[in-house]
Amino acid sequence: MGETVGTAEGYVPFYADKTKRPGILGWITSTDHKRIAMLYLVSVIAFFIGAVILGLLMRLNMLIPGHKIMTAQDYNAMFTVHGIIQIFLVVIPAVPTIFGNFFLPLLIGSKDMSFPRLNLFSWYLYIAGAIIAFIAVFSNGGAVDTGWTFYVPFSLKTSVNVPLATFAVFILGMSSILTGINIVTTVHQLRAPGMGFFRMPLSVWGFYATAWVQILATPIIGITMILVIMERLFGIGVFDPGKGGDPLLYQHLFWIYSHPAVYIMILPTMGVISDIFPVFSRKNIFGYKMIAFSSLAIASVGSLVWGHHMFVSGQSDLAGIIFSLLTFLVAVPSAIKVFNWLATMYKGSIQIEPPFLFALSFIFLFTIGGLTGLFLGALSANVQLHDTYFVVAHFHYIIFGGMGFGWFAAFHYWLPKMTGRMYDKKTAVVAWLVSFVGFNLFYFPLFVMGWEGMPRRYYDYPTRFNDLQTLATVGSVVLVIGIFLMIWNLARGSLKGEKAPANPWGGATLEWTLPSPPTSEDFEEIPTVTTGPYDFSHREKTE
Amino acid sequence: MAATSTGVVNGALIYILTFSILILFGIVFTMVYFAVRYRKSRNPVATEIAGNKWLEALWIILPTLLALSMFVYGLTGFNFLRNAPSDSITVKVHARQWSWLFEYGNGKKSPDMVVPLGKNVRCELTSDDVIHGFYVPAFRIQQDTVPGITTQVWFNATAEGSYDVLCSQYCGLKHSNMLAKIFVVSPAKYDDWLKGEPIELAGAVQKADEKPGEVLLRERGCVSCHSTDGGPMVGPTFKGLFGSKVRVITEGKKRAVTADDAYIQKSIVDPAADIVEGYPNIMPPGKDVFSPEEFHEVLEYIEGLR
Ligand code: HEC
Ligand SMILES: [Cu+2]
Ligand SMILES: [Cu+2]
Repeated sequence: MGETVGTAEGYVPFYADKTKRPGILGWITSTDHKRIAMLYLVSVIAFFIGAVILGLLMRLNMLIPGHKIMTAQDYNAMFTVHGIIQIFLVVIPAVPTIFGNFFLPLLIGSKDMSFPRLNLFSWYLYIAGAIIAFIAVFSNGGAVDTGWTFYVPFSLKTSVNVPLATFAVFILGMSSILTGINIVTTVHQLRAPGMGFFRMPLSVWGFYATAWVQILATPIIGITMILVIMERLFGIGVFDPGKGGDPLLYQHLFWIYSHPAVYIMILPTMGVISDIFPVFSRKNIFGYKMIAFSSLAIASVGSLVWGHHMFVSGQSDLAGIIFSLLTFLVAVPSAIKVFNWLATMYKGSIQIEPPFLFALSFIFLFTIGGLTGLFLGALSANVQLHDTYFVVAHFHYIIFGGMGFGWFAAFHYWLPKMTGRMYDKKTAVVAWLVSFVGFNLFYFPLFVMGWEGMPRRYYDYPTRFNDLQTLATVGSVVLVIGIFLMIWNLARGSLKGEKAPANPWGGATLEWTLPSPPTSEDFEEIPTVTTGPYDFSHREKTE
Repeated sequence: MAATSTGVVNGALIYILTFSILILFGIVFTMVYFAVRYRKSRNPVATEIAGNKWLEALWIILPTLLALSMFVYGLTGFNFLRNAPSDSITVKVHARQWSWLFEYGNGKKSPDMVVPLGKNVRCELTSDDVIHGFYVPAFRIQQDTVPGITTQVWFNATAEGSYDVLCSQYCGLKHSNMLAKIFVVSPAKYDDWLKGEPIELAGAVQKADEKPGEVLLRERGCVSCHSTDGGPMVGPTFKGLFGSKVRVITEGKKRAVTADDAYIQKSIVDPAADIVEGYPNIMPPGKDVFSPEEFHEVLEYIEGLR
């Protein structure tokens, strides 16, 4: 594989490419996968900050029972908008569109994605979806107050602008499908010579398995949202019990997508984590094939477990039993991954750098999220915990602790390659510590409250939950401080940090053979791959 | 323990909790130990290990068995929770935005539930509007109430006292106020209560000087949407309603009507027929909310609110 070319003659980083249109136009009309990734990066982070602030406001509202900083209607709108932004605008697109777009071609030795223009079009759809969602929030009738789940018949009756909000979800789904198609095609068509499927970095396996879920599951939410719109506008009577419709049908359709959506969120992150562990242990991943196949297993079996959201909904008991069984089976491949990551550390030569610190805390948080999922998957235990804070804590441990911290790990790992500059590592460690402590202070008390019967989506609560609610609110403030410190550190590092070397961590995958940041062309010559992705024997770190 | 179901569910919770704690400690310990033991300064050169078939087989099989045992534990508890014994007393539970109404076999209606100690009680759940969740944390029971179908849940309370009923499925503005109580009393007291005799219920709402109509409006959940003092709520206030001119939308057309007895009664039985301008069409239809005598009391009370 080629030498690093960081200082070669005539080197022009992709963002300084003079052949592109100048200024902002050069960004929003370019089909360079790296520029599109940067467009996503800026937009996703902006939405993320917005949704975090909404979350913080809701937490402040829960500080003292009876003392409120907002009305019940505002609170209900806030958890709805927080959920819609985080799920559809941040967590689902975050890893595939930012890191997938930027690194997938580099990881498999290609110069771009299969369909560069479709790729740019996905970003436009994404922005269009976001704009429609914001119009829905500020249009007459007020912000959507249905919860991000849009359960009927409530969403059919409430006076706010549900059709517009669900249409936004439809458009965002289209964008997600197109990204998925692009990723699957790229992996099949554009691998460099010598890069067999089992020489692909595991992050590529993560993107690949996810893309299939995006393609196959997303149309269902699209159709479901259209049905809700038709029901609202024309009263077609599919879901409205007053017209002979079935509200449980809606829940099935919704979760057929929205459970697999959890895997759209977590699988790419698991892939990135699988890349990070070997690099910082400086040895091959333990059980490559097992990790790769477990991604596929999660993606496929994971499409058959949606009914675990509906154990007490009124679905048949038999359905509940089957869904519970499958849910327990899909827990196994995730456990396998965790064991394999740990085994990778065994007899390694471990360096704890910021990306690895985030990856290690990913394991901790994801494990708690996964283990608490066992409670929710068990039929009788679910009856006590369903729709309580326990569920809220569980999915925040998975999505925020797992996907989120994994996403942060990816930033600390790859951002120097993307921007050519290194952030301050000491500040990164401080930001990690503050976020990690804040996260657990915030979400762990939610498990206890849920166990004791504190329902979710409650504007107010009985005084017996006083202390734990206050603790959680304090934790949320600490968490937000940590996250803002991290974002500030990464942003400052990207703009003013020291120049990053081509291979700051000593990685063995192809992106590290390119200069930081890469040129518009990526590879001057398509490399020929002769070793696996975690073969460090002839790989040197550059300082 | 508050009910037989409490113990059943706790069994599963504790079983899973025990293994979860063990697994979590195992993982954290291994992670920290490896990070320290194999740090670069102590172990400068890594030893290549690409995998181990036996080890990997082991950590497929063990977690699978453990997961299956949890599934079975959950399943047996679920079978208990889902199958009401045939000798159960049946109580109909009506959920509506944002109140509960409990209806007994003899026609008695109550905003709170009163049940005899140690008897099996089966709740038949329905909803008049959107989906709600009938949730009694102390009994470890929960079941959604779905408009258009009847769902059910049962329990056998094993300690006297009062227990919270919460709405667990998000249902709009006052979701967190949709509360009620279950009073568990001795069977003798229960019989008295069912016959309509006044009994002492610790912690029950009791207001001495309420008019009968006022009690009915409170007990049937009307006051969660309508104020009686002119204050703004989801629905129009009852103060000054009687005799006033109301602007309504009937079948899409605007018109003005005088709020007389007939209009008010129709608004309660079939609220969607005339929708007051500026308000959402969310009031649940109340065909059987009030008996004719009760209607009389309610109308009289509303007339009095000038
Ligand atoms: C979920 C909230 C809700 C509940 C519960 C509710 N209402 Fe209403 N009610 C409304 C709304 C909103 C309107 C105005 C829109 C309409 O006419 O349908 C209304 C209208 C009315 C009107 C006509 C008022 C006018 O100004 O013309 C009457 C009378 C009435 N309700 C009585 C009752 C009674 C009695 C109950 C209890 C059995 C009750 N409502 C329960 C929401 C509610
Ligand atoms: Cu799920
Ligand atoms: Cu509710």
